[in-house]
Amino acid sequence: MKKDILLQINNISVVYSDVIQILKGVSLAIGEKQIVSLLGSNGAGKTTTLRAISGLLKPENGAVTEGTIEYEGRSIQNAPPETITRLGIIQVLEGRPPFEHLTVEENLRVGTAARSGRFSKQDLDLVYHYFPPLLARKRSLAGYCSGGELQMLAIGRALMAKPRLLLLDEPSLGLAPLLVKEIFEIVGRINKEQGTTIVVVEQNASMALQLAHYGYVMENGKIVMEGAASELRENPDVKEFYLGIASSGTLKTYKDVKAYKRRKRWL
Amino acid sequence: MEFFVQLLVNGLSIGFLYALSALGFVMIFKSSSVLNFAHGELLAIGAFFFLILAASAKVPIVLCFALTLLGCFALGFIIERLFLRPLIGEALIQVIMLTVGLAAMFKGLMLFIFGGNFFKYPSFLPAALSVTWGMINVPSAYVASFIIGLFFLGLFGFFFKYSSQGIYMRAVADHQTAALSLGVHVRRVFALSWAIAAVVCAVSGIVLGIMHGVNVHELSSIGLKVFPVVILGGLDSIGGAIVGGIIIGLLETFTGGYISGSLGEVIPYIILVFILLIKPYGLFGSVEIERV
Repeated sequence: MKKDILLQINNISVVYSDVIQILKGVSLAIGEKQIVSLLGSNGAGKTTTLRAISGLLKPENGAVTEGTIEYEGRSIQNAPPETITRLGIIQVLEGRPPFEHLTVEENLRVGTAARSGRFSKQDLDLVYHYFPPLLARKRSLAGYCSGGELQMLAIGRALMAKPRLLLLDEPSLGLAPLLVKEIFEIVGRINKEQGTTIVVVEQNASMALQLAHYGYVMENGKIVMEGAASELRENPDVKEFYLGIASSGTLKTYKDVKAYKRRKRWL
Repeated sequence: MEFFVQLLVNGLSIGFLYALSALGFVMIFKSSSVLNFAHGELLAIGAFFFLILAASAKVPIVLCFALTLLGCFALGFIIERLFLRPLIGEALIQVIMLTVGLAAMFKGLMLFIFGGNFFKYPSFLPAALSVTWGMINVPSAYVASFIIGLFFLGLFGFFFKYSSQGIYMRAVADHQTAALSLGVHVRRVFALSWAIAAVVCAVSGIVLGIMHGVNVHELSSIGLKVFPVVILGGLDSIGGAIVGGIIIGLLETFTGGYISGSLGEVIPYIILVFILLIKPYGLFGSVEIERV
């Protein structure tokens, strides 16, 4: 199903501070104009994977020690973020940190840093078209925006860079369910209308699998499962452990859980 | 009354200079949270650079001014590249100690080359610049300081508010990782903030040189006055630097005029102690924005 591959990660290992190994041979492929979701529990290495792609490992004292990351046939592992962002890969950070003392519109202007050419009114209008609440607040300081507005601002800021590959790190974090739904719909529209390839890291697995075309499940720094989103939604293990739906309502015994663990080790 | 107005005008023009030089200090602190202890020395370097060009090489004054600013811009870049960049990622205290070392090195170099003597610029300000109004007489140097201070403050205000580079610099000050994630060239921003700091130091160094003559010790101790100014205004507030500079300038001249000249020299530091006791973040220091 993945026809044109935009980004290919081949068996990468990521080590922080020279000793702490977080990723242990992760491989994944992201098809052009797809939405790919990366699921997994806390500490599975999802954020690290995104940071490896976007070049943001360095400020955390991490590095890709093995393997390659190829973006359109070009190796970008351990390249500085200035270079990677200029290739059209923009990451929206977890926790959506705003530039607090800048206005909403100034925040959006920072998004054009990775682009050649000046920012124009159309770019701003495009962001306001997707996120109308930002328009009403464009002159107020970002520090005073609500969580939902900040998430919109963070995505909008990235959109200003006209990215080809957008990496979203937990966009649903701490937001009201309705708002999460709205933001996911907008992300879906951006993918369809702008042709932007999107990688979503999520805890909210059911939301992410509804949105995505393809999914990967990570555990302990490895990919343990992958497949089309529709298949993953139906997979009994994913259903039980990530979607929280026990099959046919029966109580699971300890033996079954153990079986899953064993299975995980093999994968 | 005339005396009061005279002091007011003098105080304002000195205040604008302090504000300008504090701006350079705040910029480095804001973008990279480094306290620059070599600030006074940068001021003196600018003044001496101008002295060489104007007095020894006899270059036309406007060209002198332009060349000094250009030279100091380059110097700021070089300092960042040579001394600070290798320390990115090291503990902050090491970087701050480095600036103390830089201060000693620059001061030593200037003493070595020029000695501790007083120098004077050739007088070039047109006499018409001085303002006489009744009993009040403002010397041309003070008028020039007023105009230059106002001009550069306006220029930088405009730069930070509207230019892309200025907005990127504020963004880096606010959240470095987020700025990185959007492709802002953070190392370039650091370099630029040092370059701009060196330029504003040079401008205030030159104007102080016109007022009081050029001397290594004198200028580097004036550089130290940025500490009361920025701590009064708030270490990371550009607006605070301006207000703080004007307040300190006024206080200094009023104390000097009404009480005693030597107390005027000390009053900024006395204020500094009180500010630290009462309002340690300064008047406009960053109050973390809490969402409501």
